[in-house]
Amino acid sequence: MKPFTRLTALVAPLDRANVDTDAIIPKQFLKSIRRSGFGPFLFDEWRYLDRGEPEMDCTHRPINPDFVLNKPEYQGVEILLTRENFGCGSSREHAPWALEDFGFRAIIATSFADIFYNNCFKNGLLPIVLDSAIVDDLFHEQGKGYQLTIDLETQTITTPSANTISFEIDSARKYRLLNGLDDIALTLLHADSIKAYEVERAKRAPWLFAD
Amino acid sequence: MPGKTLYDKLWDDHVVYTDEDGSALIYIDRQLVHEVTSPQAFEGLRLAGRQPWRRSRNLAVADHNVPTTDRDKGIADPISRLQVETLDQNCTEFGITEFNMTDIRQGIVHVVGPEQGATLPGMTVVCGDSHTSTHGASGALAFGIGTSEVEHVLATQCLVQKKAKNLLIKVEGQVGPGVTAKDIVLAIIGKIGTAGGNGYTIEFAGSAIRALSMEGRMTVCNMAIEAGARAGLIGVDEITIDYYRDRPFAPKGSDWFMAERLWRLLHSDADAVFDKVVELDATQIKPQVTWGTSPELVVPVDASVPDPSLETDPVKKESMLRALQYMDLKAGQAITGIYLDKIFIGSCTNSRIEDLRAAAEVAKGKKIAANIKLAMVVPGSGLVKQQAEAEGLDKVFIEAGFEWRDPGCSMCLAMNADKLDPGERCASTSNRNFEGRQGYGGRTHLVSPAMAAAAAIAGHFVDVSKLSGN
Repeated sequence: MKPFTRLTALVAPLDRANVDTDAIIPKQFLKSIRRSGFGPFLFDEWRYLDRGEPEMDCTHRPINPDFVLNKPEYQGVEILLTRENFGCGSSREHAPWALEDFGFRAIIATSFADIFYNNCFKNGLLPIVLDSAIVDDLFHEQGKGYQLTIDLETQTITTPSANTISFEIDSARKYRLLNGLDDIALTLLHADSIKAYEVERAKRAPWLFAD
Repeated sequence: MPGKTLYDKLWDDHVVYTDEDGSALIYIDRQLVHEVTSPQAFEGLRLAGRQPWRRSRNLAVADHNVPTTDRDKGIADPISRLQVETLDQNCTEFGITEFNMTDIRQGIVHVVGPEQGATLPGMTVVCGDSHTSTHGASGALAFGIGTSEVEHVLATQCLVQKKAKNLLIKVEGQVGPGVTAKDIVLAIIGKIGTAGGNGYTIEFAGSAIRALSMEGRMTVCNMAIEAGARAGLIGVDEITIDYYRDRPFAPKGSDWFMAERLWRLLHSDADAVFDKVVELDATQIKPQVTWGTSPELVVPVDASVPDPSLETDPVKKESMLRALQYMDLKAGQAITGIYLDKIFIGSCTNSRIEDLRAAAEVAKGKKIAANIKLAMVVPGSGLVKQQAEAEGLDKVFIEAGFEWRDPGCSMCLAMNADKLDPGERCASTSNRNFEGRQGYGGRTHLVSPAMAAAAAIAGHFVDVSKLSGN
């Protein structure tokens, strides 16, 4: 996993609440057995005017000029700004895969759906929750196509007007993201504890350990 | 010290290790695996040279991509076929039990799990699928995970989790005729919103929940995720115990009696403290119909499409305006005046035998309306299908003009050949009405099986509680 430390990048505003994972990456693309290549199909039904199918060459598809990610001022964007309950619905990790593959490294929202929030950390994507008043301010920040600086170590965001915004993040998740650590290897450091738990649990619930 | 909630009990029973910051390593008793969210997890194991920690705790079944017709001909779409074949190969390679496409036990993973007793009270259950919350109906802690976590559970039988908060939703009183578990849960989502349960585990309680069968309870817990909660739970009672007795994967002999004693403790203590409590009056719940593109945009069938101009929150107003446009509806329009093109009875929410019986009851001796292009019934598993056919339900549906299909997720998310065409409007017993969910440009109204069947017969929504027989 790519570590996340400090990022200064362009912000794109997606001014909608309850953006679901079906919208982030529609179901037809979930047929892939690979983990990469979802970026061109990110927000497929909003981004293009035709109907997307897996393995399509997206460079010749008709784009929706009104969709934020298609506007010239948001090319090269790495930070997404959105509203409450982003990533609701299906648990598909293809959603953070698609966002990451497109080039996003951080998402700022009023709130996230729990499964999506969790999936972000497995893929080097930083989801940041801010109060709705602050999110509102960021939507109204002067000038289209502005940049923010996100520093994970200090848990701060710096705006173009040099305001500093603090954000909360769980310390274990922060540590893993800063260092790009593999969760499975970390868990396997506790292999003896897992085995001890199984021995003890088998006394209470032997039917779970019969096979 | 105050008592414990059911969630507290299940959590405490599965903690392997707790970190200083409160994140814990939780033991997972059962992982269900399907073809869509597992290929990259198995690939991860292979690349790291890892083996499953306990292969017997995994059970796999293909459901999202499987065809619901002509199953003996295989899967026509090569990309879908590859995904299902990849699951078959991975299960063979890693020694994981799989019910393949030709097995009578094959079906939707969340129908198969309880039906087989592969998910049981007191377990932690995960699956790379958000509707894993279904299994909480048994008093299990069950929740959906992403593919990285599927790989993590395969490799370690554990997950790193932070404990969620406790939300109690109490539904008291007796529901009226024609009001089902689906209407109860849609009314709950209408009240608390799709983000209402974010950060919580929901326990559903109250006399209206206790009165539900296990299958009805599964319908309620299934949609906990649509209220924003990863997990929904219902305490164990006689109905739970009776349901799991003699299931193929359930404990047998002396183990059964030991299990039964333990399971009877799986309910919240009388003095348990919840972080939040929401109450609903069951007597006020009517058959529900969603009108928008989020499950929270729901109204009783005898109501009208709401008016966004009356909404004060600008973000909500904008969502309502977008939804009206996408759904091609007008504020103030009567719900019963909405005409349908297609009917879908199925999905992990409503494809169990009781759902099919409820729909058949409405359809019996009638014909679907002329404006309905397709009405399909997709049983949740091969065994549900077999049971329905033994009861003659297939004939009731076929005579009424419905198509009787083979089991799978089907048009709930349209990953197989079953889908809406652009602009088509569907009464669906599934769980999500998001834009494009049932097909590009398709329009979905979520309802109960009886409401879907009644809409098929009338051609538009009707209030099943007013139909003769109720």
